[in-house]
Amino acid sequence: MSGGKCCCGHGNEMELKLQEIIEKYKGTRGGLIPVLHEVQELYGYLPLSVQKKISEGLGVPLSEVYGVVTFYTQFSLNPKGKYNIQVCLGTACYVKGANLILEKLQEKLGIHVGECTEDGLFSLQACRCVGACGLAPVMMINDDVYGRLKQDDIEGIIEKYRKQEAAKVI
Amino acid sequence: MEMVNITIDGKKIQVPKGYSVLEAAKSANISIPTLCFLKDVNEIGACRMCVVEIQGARSLQAACVYPVSEGLVVRTQSPAIREARKVTLELILSNHDRNCLTCVRSRNCELQKLAEELNVKDIRFQGETHKKPLDNFSPSIVRDPNKCVLCRRCVSMCKNIQQVAVIDTVERGFDTIVSPVFNMSLNEVPCTMCGQCINVCPVGALREKDDTEKVWDALANEDLHVIAQTAPAVRVALGEEFGMPIGTRVTGKMVTALKLLGFDKVFDTDTAADLTIMEEGTELIQRIKNGGKLPLITSCSPGWIKFCEHFYPEFLDNLSTCKSPHEMFGAVLKSYYAEKMGIDPSKIFVVSIMPCTAKKFEAQRPELSSTGYPDVDVVLTTRELARMIREIGIDFKNLPDSQFDDPMGEASGAGVIFGATGGVMEAALRTVADILTGKDNKDIEYTEVRGTEGIKEAQIELGGLTLKAAVAHGLGNARKLLDRIKAGEADYHFVEIMACPGGCVNGGGQPIQPSEVRSWIDLKAERAKAIYEEDRTLPVRKSHENERVMKLYEEYFGEPGSHKAHELLHTHYTPRENYPEKG
Repeated sequence: MSGGKCCCGHGNEMELKLQEIIEKYKGTRGGLIPVLHEVQELYGYLPLSVQKKISEGLGVPLSEVYGVVTFYTQFSLNPKGKYNIQVCLGTACYVKGANLILEKLQEKLGIHVGECTEDGLFSLQACRCVGACGLAPVMMINDDVYGRLKQDDIEGIIEKYRKQEAAKVI
Repeated sequence: MEMVNITIDGKKIQVPKGYSVLEAAKSANISIPTLCFLKDVNEIGACRMCVVEIQGARSLQAACVYPVSEGLVVRTQSPAIREARKVTLELILSNHDRNCLTCVRSRNCELQKLAEELNVKDIRFQGETHKKPLDNFSPSIVRDPNKCVLCRRCVSMCKNIQQVAVIDTVERGFDTIVSPVFNMSLNEVPCTMCGQCINVCPVGALREKDDTEKVWDALANEDLHVIAQTAPAVRVALGEEFGMPIGTRVTGKMVTALKLLGFDKVFDTDTAADLTIMEEGTELIQRIKNGGKLPLITSCSPGWIKFCEHFYPEFLDNLSTCKSPHEMFGAVLKSYYAEKMGIDPSKIFVVSIMPCTAKKFEAQRPELSSTGYPDVDVVLTTRELARMIREIGIDFKNLPDSQFDDPMGEASGAGVIFGATGGVMEAALRTVADILTGKDNKDIEYTEVRGTEGIKEAQIELGGLTLKAAVAHGLGNARKLLDRIKAGEADYHFVEIMACPGGCVNGGGQPIQPSEVRSWIDLKAERAKAIYEEDRTLPVRKSHENERVMKLYEEYFGEPGSHKAHELLHTHYTPRENYPEKG
């Protein structure tokens, strides 16, 4: 969890952007949540090193930053995969068996909610209503929406993304 | 003061505008149950135990946060209120580890008391319960999330009063717990171990690390010479554990109890407080005369020291190099006393009875072992001592008085007042004034540094020098004062800082008083009164007039600040990283 320190040379660039975001909201009441949104956009997740910088920069105790990050499901403590799967657990989806879809995904990917596959390809999240109740149960993979899901659909959908990736490598 | 007319349970009363309904009811002797409420610390209306009916309001309102207004009509009892409180309480209990029999807070638990008072005999909700791991890695504080009722009193204390902020509510809904970040232990975060969180916890979710077994073992070991030393704040609070009124002095009974427990010697840490004043007073005069680093800041409070190491490392050179009194005493017992009595220091076992949880951490510091052995072997809080006394069935209230043992027991009034905020400052002033003026000053009560105001300032004329002094207690106040010094807005020669609000009398190891007492009685003021009373009864009230301490210099240390004194009585500090990242 070294927060942007890597060999590709983008580390410092990200750190500069992080500082820019903090500066933009410094002294603004209620600035913490917009900072967290933008920083998560930047890093993909909010590790300890990054939360520490936000805490120092905004003068908000780390415990409070962490409390906010863990309160809202949009914020993530773990890196997201290239394909972030969000399964809606809103009322309509839940009634239509979204929990079964989630179970199947966990089984297929071998990860729990909030985790990322070892190859970095898929991460799995449970989310609240995505506003497509007519299609319940619904999941999103990045910006693609999949509706009226059955457990048997999962295998094919995941394989589609895997093949897509394999094709790119070749 | 602007007053408003309100009606509570049919009673017409006048109360100051700005009162909450809870305060108004209190003033009319109407009791409303509370759980999360703690006056001036946590007033957030979270637990809903204090709900009342307000005429015209659509739903029940939390009395602790509902402000009074002209013509307000309140009912504190009705079938709807009774049912709402009971359901709320049963819901809290449904996810509570109800092992009351073995809980450290049994019979001193606000939740247990509520269950009894609201006549809860059956818990209608049998849902899922938390099973979270115990955080017992800190040498001072144990955190048990399974007993937590999420009242947030500890969070408010840590974040708003102490401004250390190492715990907060984490996650949401059923998963919510009060915890340090990233599932860390209290031992891995910049916790100062002050223990104020324990004192405000209504249940057994926070408690001190119990070290009584270590002491029982030592007492049973015939090869060991086991010594107890007691801090000044313990004697003015221990009685509360046995139902005595707040502010009762039980010095003599405490000494008797310690002897009954089997300690070979019972000494008074105040003697070492006198020694501290000799060393620290000398350090102050030298720093002023030789242009040393000023302000000199006191170093008796281990919670403050750890706070400084974590958050204000730039002030580490300002700290007095003096060890805290009980550590000095430990070093003296394992050197001078050992030689004088002909006891092998490895056979001396020193138990400090302290009002403090941070001293448990302090005693483990590797640098505090200048004789080759730890200066102090075990630190017990006032509460742990009470537990030991109860365990062997001592009838504490009816004990006769005893005196501290010779040859180390005799202390001055200056040593006693260490227990209250401003006390170290006043004790030092009594000695420094005599040294600088070359006179035996009779006017020794420096009342300007006494009292419970958060930051106190004084300018004192001492033989041609105007000594500028400041006193802060509670780490939030320490922060304020240090920030002012840092910004150049204030400058002083001498600063006293105590981690706990009110100083040691209100330390994190002191008897726990429930919200219904703490909210309306100023514990720190009541206990401090007893401290100043004891000071006035003592024949010697200045550290440098303590014959025992003078003899110690004559026979062993030579003079204050000597090489030998530095070896045994002084220490150093290290900056500490906050939230180090692993790997």
